Amino acid sequence: MSRNGVAHERPAWLTVHAVAVLGFLYLPIVVLIVYSFNGGGVGGFPPRDLTLNWYQQLAQDSALWDSVLNSLIVALAAMAISIGLGLPAALALDRVSFPGKALFRRLVLLPLILPGIITGLSLLMLVVLIGLKLSLTTIILGHGTALISVATTEIFAGLQKADRAQEEVSLDLGANYWQTFWRVTLPNLKLPIVGAALLIFTLSMDEIAVSFFLIGRDNTLPLEIWSRLRRGMTPEINAVSTIIFVFSLTMIVLWYRLRTRGGEETADIVATAREEMV
Amino acid sequence: MFSRAYKLVVALPPIAWVVLFLLTPYVLLFAYSFWAVTPAQQIVHSWNVQNYAELLRVPVYLHVLLRSVRIAGSVTLLALLLGYPLAYYVSFHAGNRKELLYQLVIIPLWVSYLVRAYAWKTILGSEGVLNTLLQYLHVTRHPQEYLLYSPFAVMLTLVHIYTPFVFLPIYAALEHIPRGLVEASHDLGASPMQTFWRVIVPLSIPGMIAGATFSFVLSLGDFLAPLLVGGPSGIMISNIVVSLFGTAYNWPLGAAISACMMALVLALLFATERLEKKWRFT
Repeated sequence: MSRNGVAHERPAWLTVHAVAVLGFLYLPIVVLIVYSFNGGGVGGFPPRDLTLNWYQQLAQDSALWDSVLNSLIVALAAMAISIGLGLPAALALDRVSFPGKALFRRLVLLPLILPGIITGLSLLMLVVLIGLKLSLTTIILGHGTALISVATTEIFAGLQKADRAQEEVSLDLGANYWQTFWRVTLPNLKLPIVGAALLIFTLSMDEIAVSFFLIGRDNTLPLEIWSRLRRGMTPEINAVSTIIFVFSLTMIVLWYRLRTRGGEETADIVATAREEMV
Repeated sequence: MFSRAYKLVVALPPIAWVVLFLLTPYVLLFAYSFWAVTPAQQIVHSWNVQNYAELLRVPVYLHVLLRSVRIAGSVTLLALLLGYPLAYYVSFHAGNRKELLYQLVIIPLWVSYLVRAYAWKTILGSEGVLNTLLQYLHVTRHPQEYLLYSPFAVMLTLVHIYTPFVFLPIYAALEHIPRGLVEASHDLGASPMQTFWRVIVPLSIPGMIAGATFSFVLSLGDFLAPLLVGGPSGIMISNIVVSLFGTAYNWPLGAAISACMMALVLALLFATERLEKKWRFT
């Protein structure tokens, strides 16, 4: 078709393909949202008797809200663990040479690359071995450990971009390591840390494969949804999914705002520095 | 410039944690695969290779593993076929809508994995959206039962989930191609087709490898989509592991399957990493 066309001509099939793929990606999401308002339950075309009943029912569903609370607790605790360990891990990868460094770097990344079932089962075996009781704590342990990878990668990338000379200057001017860390290193890493934290939060809120094996009596939200799905489908699940989707979208928009503002700040600093030099 | 104490303080806690909560569990998984379970359902630490012998002896394990490889392979191929042209379109032909289209591909990733699998179930079921739509339009008279609870449904769900993951690294690779190279190819008289196949595709191979590996490995180990939409004929290898750790209560055998899966995945990661390096030009 465009075999002998001009250099930048866009073949028509390519546009059709792009539209079709995007349609495929959005079809289930649209169906999900539409049927959360469907009085006739899940499925059945055309949708009819539009209603907000499912959302009202959701509001009174205390088991579901308990699981949302559990998920929030897990996500926040996992965030603390993985940033708390990912930050020193990134610093260590950036500026300490130790035996097994290459192995450590790979090991940290494994939970992201391996199917969740392997990490989940392995942790279950450890938990049984040391005699911990399965509970939200074990899920926190699992998420916190698996997501160190995200914190380490993001913060390490930030360190590579940061200017180490600033830390050197701070140390030369008599600040100790502790002061330098709090006043120079950490402020420079603010953006990657916040980015990693948001990413960890959302990944933890949605995680199911690892949690599946470490769950005790209290369900996280995905596991609560899972146990209900096994009993049958209800538009209530569509409703809660729609709410989570809107919530996640808001988070992304916020994150982009934050990031572009951060970008502008950096640009400002560079511009001022240049003016001063001239 | 950093003192010994500083280095110890930043390096020790993460190393200790990762060794204790990541390395130990993975090693434990391998250890378990060499243990046994007694008829009284006690796990005994008697080192042997019985579990691996069992895997070779009973055909169902190999059979399901092959099916899982086939499903994961098809998912990866389809995700590449959907994702590559889309990435190419967004990178080279989207004009000023580039950022918007990129975001549009990413947004579905923020819908929970579970919820998207569930949405496919509501679309494909016998009382589902698709079947009732077909009957509404008088295309079919009766629900098409084969849509749900089949390897096809598992594949469709997984393709939906992994297409954006395949798109991302390919798009990143395409974005890194210096546009001057493409111009040069045109100026030297190559047709758009020749430029595409001889300049753009080779330069995007590392992205394709990265996306394909990710999609293959994660589909291979998936157990939720088969449980939700797969039915008995859509069972995958991880479902067997789940049942061995649950009702069937044979942890050592389940560990042996997981250990094989892990070995397979690690070998694949090692191989693709070398391939990626080989094709990296910049």
